[in-house]
Amino acid sequence: MSAEPRVLDVDELIDDPETRVVVCCGSGGVGKTTTAAALALRAAERGRQTVVLTIDPARRLAQALGLRELGNHPRKVSVAGFEPKGELWAMMLDMRRTFDDMVRVHAGPERAEQLLANRFYQTISTSFSGTQEYMAMEKLGQLAATGEWDLIVVDTPPSRSALDFLDAPTRLSSALDGRMIRLLTSPARAGGWGLRKVVSAGFSMFAKAVSTILGGQLLADASAFMQAFDSTFGGFRERATKTAELLRSQGTSFLVVAAPEPDALREASYFVERLSEESMPLSGLVANRTHPVLADLSAIDALAAAESLERGGTAAPLATAVLRLHADRVALAEREERLLARFTRAHPTVPVVRVPALPSDVHDIAGLRDIGDRLAGSTDHETRSAGS
Amino acid sequence: MTTLAGWTDELARTRLHFVTGKGGTGKTTLAASLGLALASGGRRVLLIEVEGRQGFAQVFDTEPLPYAEQRIAAAPGGGEVRALHIDVEAALLEYFEMFYNLGFAGRTLRRMGAIEFATTLAPGLRDVLLTGKIKECVGRTESGGRHVYDAVVVDAPPTGRVVKFLDVTRALTDLAKTGPIRGQAEGVVRLLHSGETAIHLVTLLEEMPVRETLEAVAELDGADLRPGAVLVNRVRPPRLPARSVTAAADGRVDASRVRAGLAAAGLQLPETTLDALVEETVEHAIRVAAEQRSRDQLAEADLPTLELPESTGGVDVAALYELAESLVEQGVR
Repeated sequence: MSAEPRVLDVDELIDDPETRVVVCCGSGGVGKTTTAAALALRAAERGRQTVVLTIDPARRLAQALGLRELGNHPRKVSVAGFEPKGELWAMMLDMRRTFDDMVRVHAGPERAEQLLANRFYQTISTSFSGTQEYMAMEKLGQLAATGEWDLIVVDTPPSRSALDFLDAPTRLSSALDGRMIRLLTSPARAGGWGLRKVVSAGFSMFAKAVSTILGGQLLADASAFMQAFDSTFGGFRERATKTAELLRSQGTSFLVVAAPEPDALREASYFVERLSEESMPLSGLVANRTHPVLADLSAIDALAAAESLERGGTAAPLATAVLRLHADRVALAEREERLLARFTRAHPTVPVVRVPALPSDVHDIAGLRDIGDRLAGSTDHETRSAGS
Repeated sequence: MTTLAGWTDELARTRLHFVTGKGGTGKTTLAASLGLALASGGRRVLLIEVEGRQGFAQVFDTEPLPYAEQRIAAAPGGGEVRALHIDVEAALLEYFEMFYNLGFAGRTLRRMGAIEFATTLAPGLRDVLLTGKIKECVGRTESGGRHVYDAVVVDAPPTGRVVKFLDVTRALTDLAKTGPIRGQAEGVVRLLHSGETAIHLVTLLEEMPVRETLEAVAELDGADLRPGAVLVNRVRPPRLPARSVTAAADGRVDASRVRAGLAAAGLQLPETTLDALVEETVEHAIRVAAEQRSRDQLAEADLPTLELPESTGGVDVAALYELAESLVEQGVR
């Protein structure tokens, strides 16, 4: 079986007016944020009204976009020398503020203040591990609803697992769903949940234990919060489900970003499988920061030459170094190719684009544009690496 | 290269090692290798993971770990490494079993999501339970009074969350003022802030991981927790003579000298190949120069620093032993 994957055509994706939302996902540390920014920049230069929603950008990326800081609302990127055919807007998610705003919009002023001051709300809005993911979706929903942009590029939170992004809203909504707290605060009614008697007795015991450990105050806070929340939002579960629907709607595409490393590719595999199970549209895999070989010279020949120089006593330290670093690069490229071939054997229909690593970090528009070119496959690196 | 202090005597006295780092830096791999290194020469080490990721099972290429301490590897010189995957829900049920007789309702509660819900209500409860179990493993003794484990290595949450995880005092504000879990937690606080505990930081020689490492060190200091060593992972050999790096990173590589050297080795290459070799050299030099800047920044942390080579074949079980050997060579004991 051939391990040659279909090539992902990024320009076809971003030029298609039907493409309204591109979600960049993948495990932490693979360069998702930079990929999202580079993609958005390219789309803007090709004429789209684009906004990029970033989660946790390096300070230098914000600077690269000419923004001292990215706020919770999109700001237009305008830097000397950047005159896109379309427009580029950028923002960074502030999960607490997004949550606060959501509460303020939906609850009356009085109830909103009540909710915001609740101690349990403070915990949920800052510490619960699914909140950031959920708020990213909430914000995406808001941006989409304005209709001001025809393309939204979303970066996803830096979780260890790419799947967290899909699972977090469900986790948050089952935590905020009123059922469990009602059980805990009035376990006598647990029977109504169809529990067998013995479990119901166990549950009373559990509720008592939880209240001993957490303290009655926290449970009372939580209960008050859920009641207010429920009457405001008519059940969080429905709201979360509705927001998550956006990810399934037409015009949304997923790009899975992975470094050519076993862990990142394993996460990418899980994610690809999950998207297909849930019939969510996957555009392809961005194999980020690859190291294609540039010079057409085998590692064996390079090492043999380096050794002969060292043995022969000819002092040619520069040439020896050049030969050895070339051999290192060939070994690295071969390893990356092996890992990517393994991915393609497991997922033969997933288009892949290789994005050769830049030698240094991106810190300006030119750097992002360069990555955009690499994403679109239009670099001389690609063609030359074919010779290796 | 800056002079590197290896493993200090203070670190050698540490019994509880936390390994943290930015996501993607190889934290789990190095925690596993550190466990092997500490176990070499006949000692017994327990590896603990707390995030439900089964990372140790993956790096050791074994079945997913149950909530039980089981042997996962033999260390050079007769040592033994065991691994434990702490499941928060199981740990909470264990507590409840101890203090309240829940009977077999436990499993149903779990299926209903009741236990996850309790830990959601109070995220601090999760951390108190995990650190409580860790303390129990560190303190456990055999009948003769000897510690069951000579050292315990924890694959800790990533740098962004590690201080919150270890700051049990703060987590306790989530819990009732009295109660069984609280009583035990006070002992945990003493252990985590003692000389028996160190928090090691895994980084790569790249901008973001280095920045997160320095931020984490400051945060640990602020919380009165002891940063241990900086473990620099995936260090690739610098090939260029040090004096050529700056010029080459600037694009200045003497192509005629390269051509002459290659000719001396009997290699006659077309001009395009030579140009490509020069381009590879420039990219290499830019990386080496950036890595040196990262090293200089890391030196600000003023911590013992160990460097681990990149395993060209990728990380498999054999690579774990190689990394462990490298740690031992740099003084880990």
